[in-house]
Amino acid sequence: MADGMKMRTTLQGDTADVKVLMNHIMETGTRKDAKTGKLIPAHFINHVVATLNGKTVLEAQWGPAVSKNPFLGFRIKGAKAGDKLVVNAEDNMGEKLSGESTI
Amino acid sequence: MNQMRRTFLKGTGAAGTVAVAIAAGLLKPGQVLAAEWNKAAFGAKNMADAMANLNIAGAAESKDILIKVPDIAENGVVVPVEVTSKVPGTTSIMIFVEKNASPLVAEFELSNGAEAYISTRIKMASTSHVRVAVKAGGKAYTASKEVKVTLGGCGG
Repeated sequence: MADGMKMRTTLQGDTADVKVLMNHIMETGTRKDAKTGKLIPAHFINHVVATLNGKTVLEAQWGPAVSKNPFLGFRIKGAKAGDKLVVNAEDNMGEKLSGESTI
Repeated sequence: MNQMRRTFLKGTGAAGTVAVAIAAGLLKPGQVLAAEWNKAAFGAKNMADAMANLNIAGAAESKDILIKVPDIAENGVVVPVEVTSKVPGTTSIMIFVEKNASPLVAEFELSNGAEAYISTRIKMASTSHVRVAVKAGGKAYTASKEVKVTLGGCGG
């Protein structure tokens, strides 16, 4: 799932509007497998970090109650066209997702 | 007579637990490290514990936190939430669903020009208040809004 991130940035004045869509199952760990009756192990993104030109702008911790294929929208003031935005995410099993976009 | 004594004991017992939880939350040095996943807060089974583990117990109600959620969500699996904080100097935003098995949904730390705005989608087990807390200048503020859920989105 290393390529599971889509990003779009739009610049409005000096504020960048960022929308990120991640491709992830976000399993809570409380659901049971219908066939075996066993609990499906939790598997969810728990860390997200966004950087603009290498500087951290957003650092998030998530629980399993964020919806499947998570959507994240945020805004950065003072962003300029050509700035490089990178978003890195990691799940509770250590799998990593990342995406980058130029504003 | 006996009945009254019993309720009294129950009351003090509950208050004691909360106090211990808050003390435990405040004494955890690990929370200063933002990089470490806050297992205690995400694992907390009620609002009081979750807030204590985020060091925001006793957050003041504020009208400057705007929460945009649907009044009725047909499907609790995907409930869009938009938060804008007008509290000056907001540095972090936390989202809770009061009636979920684990109320804390997500925590966002803002820095270097990120505006006090977050938009995301969350799971809700049942009709509940969505509560948002923000930290600004060392103080905590909170607000909430109810969402009616027709079909739950956790477990099942």
